[in-house]
Amino acid sequence: MQLGRVIGRIWATVKDPGLHAQRMLLVQPLTPELTPTAKPLVCLDGTNSVGAGELIYWCGSKESSFPFLPAEVPTNATIVGIVDELHIERDRC
Amino acid sequence: MLIGRVIGEVVATEKHASHAGRTALLVQPLDLDGTNRGNAIIALDAIGVGIGECVLLTTEGYSAMTSVGRPNSPIDAAVIGVIDAVEIVGAATLAFPIRPGKHE
Repeated sequence: MQLGRVIGRIWATVKDPGLHAQRMLLVQPLTPELTPTAKPLVCLDGTNSVGAGELIYWCGSKESSFPFLPAEVPTNATIVGIVDELHIERDRC
Repeated sequence: MLIGRVIGEVVATEKHASHAGRTALLVQPLDLDGTNRGNAIIALDAIGVGIGECVLLTTEGYSAMTSVGRPNSPIDAAVIGVIDAVEIVGAATLAFPIRPGKHE
């Protein structure tokens, strides 16, 4: 999983039927220090409660379609958690 | 699988049900010289590790979800071991400390 922030959303009228009624959010990947890393990507919302600007983490690859089982949803990135706090101790080692 | 160091943890109340009861760790993958290898990732803890420990990290979905006992879940990375030692052919020991706080 990776950290990111929701920076927007996209809409698509013509799409795979598996994506019907799925929220598609634009996510900016972040480092643990919350600086942007890599380019933004589109994620589905596996929690159904993510809002704009929230700090989240998302799951990639095939496993990102599992929150929607038994429906087979074509996705390779899905938000699976909303971050409340980060505890970072890089200097401990 | 990758060698990494646990640098922190993520607290999330609203998350997929399969993640409940498992610590979400921030793990920094490392190169063999101890430098950072790409960006830190979030991995679920399959064995019970602490911050600062040098760990074995799987970034393959099937291994990750089965190691934490949650098949068919949105889990793409897990910490599946604590590394005690690494030996490299032609080098005496690994170039970075394995154990937290013992590298002075």
